[in-house]
Amino acid sequence: VTPSEGARGGTGRQLEMESVLALRGLVLLRDSVEWEGRSLLKALIKKAALGGEQVHILGCEVSEEEFRAGFDSSVNSRLVYYDLFRDPLNWAQTGEALPGGPLGALQAMCERTDPGPVTVALDSLSWLLLRLPCAALCQALCAMSRRHACRGGSLAAEQLCVLGLLHRELHGPGPMGALSSLAQTEVTLSGTAGQASAHILCRRPRQRPTLETLWFSVLPDLSLDLQGGPPLESQPHPDPHTPQVDPASHLTFNLHLSKREREAKDSLTLPFQFSSEKQQALLRPGPGPATSRIFYEPDTFDDLDPEDPDGDLDV
Amino acid sequence: RSFWKGSLASASSVSTTWTELREGLGKLTLLCDANTDGSFLVHHFLSFYLKANCKVCFVALIQSFSHYNIVGQKLGVSLTVARECGQLVFLEGLKSSVDVFFRAQAEPHPLQFLREANAENLQPLYEFVREALKPVDDGEAAWRCPVLLVDDLSVLLSLGMGAVAVLDFIHYCRATVCWERKGNIVALVHDSGDTEDEENNILLNGLSHQSHLILRAEGLATGFCRDVHGQLRILWRTPSQPTTQRDQSLTYQYKIQDKSVSFFAKGMSPAVL
Repeated sequence: VTPSEGARGGTGRQLEMESVLALRGLVLLRDSVEWEGRSLLKALIKKAALGGEQVHILGCEVSEEEFRAGFDSSVNSRLVYYDLFRDPLNWAQTGEALPGGPLGALQAMCERTDPGPVTVALDSLSWLLLRLPCAALCQALCAMSRRHACRGGSLAAEQLCVLGLLHRELHGPGPMGALSSLAQTEVTLSGTAGQASAHILCRRPRQRPTLETLWFSVLPDLSLDLQGGPPLESQPHPDPHTPQVDPASHLTFNLHLSKREREAKDSLTLPFQFSSEKQQALLRPGPGPATSRIFYEPDTFDDLDPEDPDGDLDV
Repeated sequence: RSFWKGSLASASSVSTTWTELREGLGKLTLLCDANTDGSFLVHHFLSFYLKANCKVCFVALIQSFSHYNIVGQKLGVSLTVARECGQLVFLEGLKSSVDVFFRAQAEPHPLQFLREANAENLQPLYEFVREALKPVDDGEAAWRCPVLLVDDLSVLLSLGMGAVAVLDFIHYCRATVCWERKGNIVALVHDSGDTEDEENNILLNGLSHQSHLILRAEGLATGFCRDVHGQLRILWRTPSQPTTQRDQSLTYQYKIQDKSVSFFAKGMSPAVL
């Protein structure tokens, strides 16, 4: 790899991670206990905020202070934080709880977004999914993009980006599948030997889904550092130098039948097919008991016991 | 005499974490045991926080007060004295679970859920913790950060609560103890190793995602051994360390002794060397 090629590769990776944000719609960040995804979520939020977007955050798992830690003031001023951490179930009854519970908070969020490019971060979808019916959550997510589209015209549908943090050990395949079908992009975090990696599955409209793998780290200032990792087999790179081979050539069998061959094939009666001729043949009594007899010649070592003839059947 | 003897204490990140735990910076530590008994970790943290002059609320659902007191005395703390001087608030689950049935219904009880047929949440237990760790203004004894200790959360599942109800309880405790009062929470959860036990898995994984430090005691895969009692996996999930290249997980083997636990690197037991 020449230096220029390496540089191009780096830019490509940069573009790929940015395209996670450039793509609108629902982006799922699926993390695990060992590879937490909140720092990546914060890095993506920072990128969106620096791009001049409004960022609305529904915080369920950490306090506002903990979430805002690490962002500089210019980013922090662009973040609108809906605090569902302090009193999500209204136990304290201080009147500070968000009205309508978690679902109401989710709906209130999109009421308050202005038309224009908006990023909504859900920290985390897992928290909501454990406490709300899956169907209600999916409907709320759909309604969110619909309402945004209604307010800003047809263009605005593409201007809403929902980043949802999902802890993948916590949910069964059912809810995971339901959310996946709503998502345009799924980022699955994992890693080896202290190095985090992200598998990014993108579903672009009218295109085949693509799967990319990136090695990354989130720096203390919450910027993303993308690294060149070892080449990964999951990247579908069509190599232009490989000649296209026709898989149908050099076959040892026919893929197609001629008209005559097809007629011959159709007229053949297979042994397991039951016909009226066969039925008659079976029902007709045989010529006599003398013509069908069973001959049995015992083997030399057979142990025949006239007292118990079925002894070898082990019953 | 230190619990974390040997190589473990030498790692600088460990000492940083320990300072954070002692100073009380709003940390949740999850203790987890799989195929072994992790209660030695509970005894350690109980004596550790009492010695550090922290105000401790101990929700003990597994053993009696005298059991914890006897072990505590071996580790150099007296639970009786700590309780008398107000440093320790001890909820003895074994004893007070009987009280729930012999008192007027109107009186609130932390273990109220035992009496209700369709108890949906652990709010009374949370109220008890909040009251126990309320900062006092009289100034007679200035304790350091408040600490909530639970032994153990899996029992709440066995008593009929759902995993989400237990997660909600810890969520509110985090909001009050860790965030509002800058204290710490230490809780033990069993890992049954049974993938069919969905509720326990949700509880364990849900808590793992909320915790800053996970200490996981595991029995040896090769079975019982006289000189090595198990291994301890340490996983840091501190948000102050973003996902960069880091040494986030360590594994040590341990041997529980009469008054302490010795740790050594894998395969480096003094009995082997």
